[in-house]
Amino acid sequence: MTLETLIRFWPFFISVVMLFIIGLYCMLVTYNTIRVLIGIELLIKAATLLIIIAGYITNHLALTQSLVITMIVIEVIFITVAMGIVMGIFAHNKGSLDVRDTRNLKG
Amino acid sequence: MTRSLLRSAIGLASVSAALTIIMFRLRSPVAAVFELSVCSGFISVLFVTAISLTNPLTRSEIMERMKDRLNRFWYLPLIVAAAGLALSLMNVEIFLRLPPAEAERDVRNVLWNMRQLDLLGHIILLILGSFGVAVLFKKQRDK
Repeated sequence: MTLETLIRFWPFFISVVMLFIIGLYCMLVTYNTIRVLIGIELLIKAATLLIIIAGYITNHLALTQSLVITMIVIEVIFITVAMGIVMGIFAHNKGSLDVRDTRNLKG
Repeated sequence: MTRSLLRSAIGLASVSAALTIIMFRLRSPVAAVFELSVCSGFISVLFVTAISLTNPLTRSEIMERMKDRLNRFWYLPLIVAAAGLALSLMNVEIFLRLPPAEAERDVRNVLWNMRQLDLLGHIILLILGSFGVAVLFKKQRDK
């Protein structure tokens, strides 16, 4: 990646970095499981945007689009299963979504 | 990271919508349509449903947690700034070796003809996802 590319696409690169930092912060700081999932979603969005920018710069748009579509499908499956697990945690912990209450894996 | 979970979910949907616009601007319309319909639509509905099925925290609990969070993570902005400075000083050179772009002009050709093994993994993943959801909800029904 040249300096010229960086200068030309700086708003997009800043968006990627911002999304990454916000997602990481969201995951690190909170104890709420739904908010952790939102943080993971933001990290995936940063990766998606970076792939799209890479495709535009290298002129491999079809390849990157198919990669992004694959990523979106995997993302949906992951979020659906994770949401099922969150609902299970909620029912098991008597109305709590706190990750600190999920340390007991008995049974 | 707003106080309300519902606002966080709506914020995520708006980020998806903004990402869709950027994808259209960067000449990736197929991925943009997927992003808008699946991420901004379906995933937001999933989040809102999960939030409405769970108990929200009271205002005093939220304020208490915010104070606790500020006390625990006051050093995080410093770490991010230091990491950014270190990365900017590293001056990493990236060399991409890719085939010529003429081979993959059409996204449909790439999706269905150029990645058969990927598609197999894709299908297995879809089946695993539906199986996982079925198992999770079956256990809840048994209780």
